[in-house]
Amino acid sequence: MSEVVIVGIGMHEFGRHEGISGMEQGVVAVRRALADSGLAWQDMQFAFGGSKSAGAADLMVSKLGLTGLQFINVMNGCATGGSALFSAWNSIKSGMFDLGIAIGFDKHERGAFRPSTSEIGEWYGRSGLALTTQFFGMKINRYMHEFGITRSTLSRVAEKAYRNGAMNPMAWRRKPLSEDEIENSEMLSYPLTKYMFCSPGEGGVAIVVASAERARKMGVRPVFLKAAAVRSRRFGSFEVTAPHLAIERSEGPTVDASVAAFEMAGIGPGDVDLAQIQDTESGAEVMHMAENGLCQHGEQEQIIARGETEIGGPLPINTDGGCLANGEPIGASGLRQVYENVVQLRGHAGRRQVPGDPRVAYTHVYGAPGISGVTILSR
Amino acid sequence: MRKQVPVQDGLFSWGAEGVRLIGGRCTDCDNHVFPYQSGCPRCSGAQVVEVELSTEGELWTWTIQGYPPKTPPYVGLVGDDFEPFGVGYVELPGELRVEARLTENDPSLLWIGMPMTLTLLPLTINESGEEVATFAFAPKGFDHE
Repeated sequence: MSEVVIVGIGMHEFGRHEGISGMEQGVVAVRRALADSGLAWQDMQFAFGGSKSAGAADLMVSKLGLTGLQFINVMNGCATGGSALFSAWNSIKSGMFDLGIAIGFDKHERGAFRPSTSEIGEWYGRSGLALTTQFFGMKINRYMHEFGITRSTLSRVAEKAYRNGAMNPMAWRRKPLSEDEIENSEMLSYPLTKYMFCSPGEGGVAIVVASAERARKMGVRPVFLKAAAVRSRRFGSFEVTAPHLAIERSEGPTVDASVAAFEMAGIGPGDVDLAQIQDTESGAEVMHMAENGLCQHGEQEQIIARGETEIGGPLPINTDGGCLANGEPIGASGLRQVYENVVQLRGHAGRRQVPGDPRVAYTHVYGAPGISGVTILSR
Repeated sequence: MRKQVPVQDGLFSWGAEGVRLIGGRCTDCDNHVFPYQSGCPRCSGAQVVEVELSTEGELWTWTIQGYPPKTPPYVGLVGDDFEPFGVGYVELPGELRVEARLTENDPSLLWIGMPMTLTLLPLTINESGEEVATFAFAPKGFDHE
């Protein structure tokens, strides 16, 4: 089976953009990815794309060109981008196609995500439950109790995010904040404050993929998409918007997707040079470090205190500022992580470049109702 | 006194003996669910019978909702009338952990493992003048009536 190579990346700036629709931001991302690859829209044999709140992705062909390509809409919550990329990976791996594109974009209303609980029952949202922020508060509160993570670690994670975001021209929040400002901002969902949470936002990302043979003919320096895995929750895991949990406990979908991705790539967590992992809030980054196998539960307290997840540390995490500094346009968020990893592996990240010529880069997204997507890139 | 109505039918019952949550029990593997649903997420069995769940348990984790939820769907007080409220999972021994509003909203008075008991929580007055209530857990030994 052919290896899958990323041959082009494009992004529309994350943030708030008046007067431009989510889909138009997706179109900008596609045009930038095509320019980066030196290819034209007419060269694309397939597209997988999606958004949660900004419309069906396949409508964008009216702006990009009606070429008749296979365009499949993907909607899989926070794993939309990851699912689009997994589908693109499969399309190349199967030998059916040798060149195509994965697209994610979004545009959300201001404020926290409005709960949609039609599957669970109207009582859930009517009662003041069903908010994603509550889940994050409750999960990290339990985790701190079990593994001795302190509140200052939560502030440190957010402080790093805004500091990294300040070095990223594509990020939404580019102003560094002190640990004190973060810790003393409004308490949204105990123990998490306003600046420990990311906000729903806007943006678009597109990734052009090709078979290794096709990439060789193009003469590009390859970044290989070694693995793309998506997993849903198993019985006994603790997930967002769950009116009840089983007493019996099992690992969550992040652990399962991570294990599957490492197996596909034929490497282990010790081989990872940098990682972008879901930091919907700063506690999520802490917990996801262990769930992705990058450390043991409870070790985060010391690892973060020692600065090991900083850009110059042994395991840089969320080098582009993560969700905290970029916000979360759901459809685009997972592909934003892949974009950053390609920039880093090419050595083009400027002031936020991970030193030491990184070779293996990891991404992880998590979202409702308990789904995770992981990718591993290498060069 | 106003007539009380539940936030949704089929979720809980209340009468002389107090509030009871209406859950389900799988007749194949004994797994419990809440609210009632027809299929078992543990063994994939299709035979789930309605049961009343325990009314007492221990707080497994919690948070405080510090900002007003969006309306809709929330029907409780928002704007200047909003007060932060507790939310938690309460472990009902041998059954499940149920997510619920807590009657306590002071972080210094909540701790993992504290005994909790089921109660009713008024949310709003509907257009018929009835008080709409949801279920909640209160620290055991406290009177919140």
